Amino acid sequence: MTTRIVELRQGILKKNDELARGLRGRFTTAGVLVLNLVSSPGTGKTAFLERTLRELKARGSRVAALVGDLETDNDARRLASSGAPVRQINTHGICHLDAEMIDRHLAGWEGVELSALDYLFIENVGNLVCPSSYDLGEKIRVALLSVTEGEDKPLKYPTLFNSADAAVITKIDIAEPCGFDRELALKNINEIRPGIRIFETSAKTGAGMEEWFAYLAEARAEKIL
Amino acid sequence: MHELSIVSSVVESVTESLAAYPGARVEEVRLRVGALQSVVVDSLEFCWGIATEGTPLAGSRLVVKTVPVVMHCAVCAADVELEGVQSFRCPRCAQPSSDLRQGRELEIESIEIEDGVTP
Repeated sequence: MTTRIVELRQGILKKNDELARGLRGRFTTAGVLVLNLVSSPGTGKTAFLERTLRELKARGSRVAALVGDLETDNDARRLASSGAPVRQINTHGICHLDAEMIDRHLAGWEGVELSALDYLFIENVGNLVCPSSYDLGEKIRVALLSVTEGEDKPLKYPTLFNSADAAVITKIDIAEPCGFDRELALKNINEIRPGIRIFETSAKTGAGMEEWFAYLAEARAEKIL
Repeated sequence: MHELSIVSSVVESVTESLAAYPGARVEEVRLRVGALQSVVVDSLEFCWGIATEGTPLAGSRLVVKTVPVVMHCAVCAADVELEGVQSFRCPRCAQPSSDLRQGRELEIESIEIEDGVTP
């Protein structure tokens, strides 16, 4: 009997990472820009995405969305009113989406061809912790934060904010009654992710959405085309 | 929150690696976890017993090494270690940086095994 050390040096989420790498390759080949939207429950991801899908579609872009929730297809039904193809992913208790779920739901998605899309949005399960460890093959990870949540959210959840490529502040139409300290929120986001692009938006009034759409078009041209 | 799924992935990967060492018994599994991964070490340890039950890893120890965040500071032209994850500024000159060199690790470093009967 001998005891020995075997060096493994492998990623714990290796399977997810490999699958995500494959997905990223497929997305790039198909010319579709894929975004992963992450926030707490109640930030307004669905309202923000609904407006994004509707307006992009009206401007002639080809868009689709995958939406993750523990249970129900409420969000998918709500987003489908935009006219864009939407598919619900129910995780049945799992607190995040993973690359395998994305792969599986793309495979059986009737009428949707990746190569016929400009943008694919993935709305993650409402959770600021777990989704940060799981690469979905996206090009852009978006962290969302609403004015009702408190300006220190980025400091409390640095893992997610530090891994984000863009940050979106939602519900700015109610910033004032909420006593939202804009300067402090911007400072905190920058403290965790220096230099990140930040969009201050309202899905209700449309404020800040033009900047967001301009960013999407630029990002697509830069990262895909 | 997702510690159980992390631990389950570890068990799965280690079990696969054991195919190369028939009859071996796992004594210890060593992980490297970046300080920027929101992983609770206590929860990993708590889940370990449950996740390894009935597997070749049953009864093994889990050792988790936390890896500090290291970022590159362009001003100091150096890799600098951060004390926490509340501010991504160089501790020497206060320059902010998004150029991380370490701290997001989530990996199995090594396993300690006791060999079975050598063929």
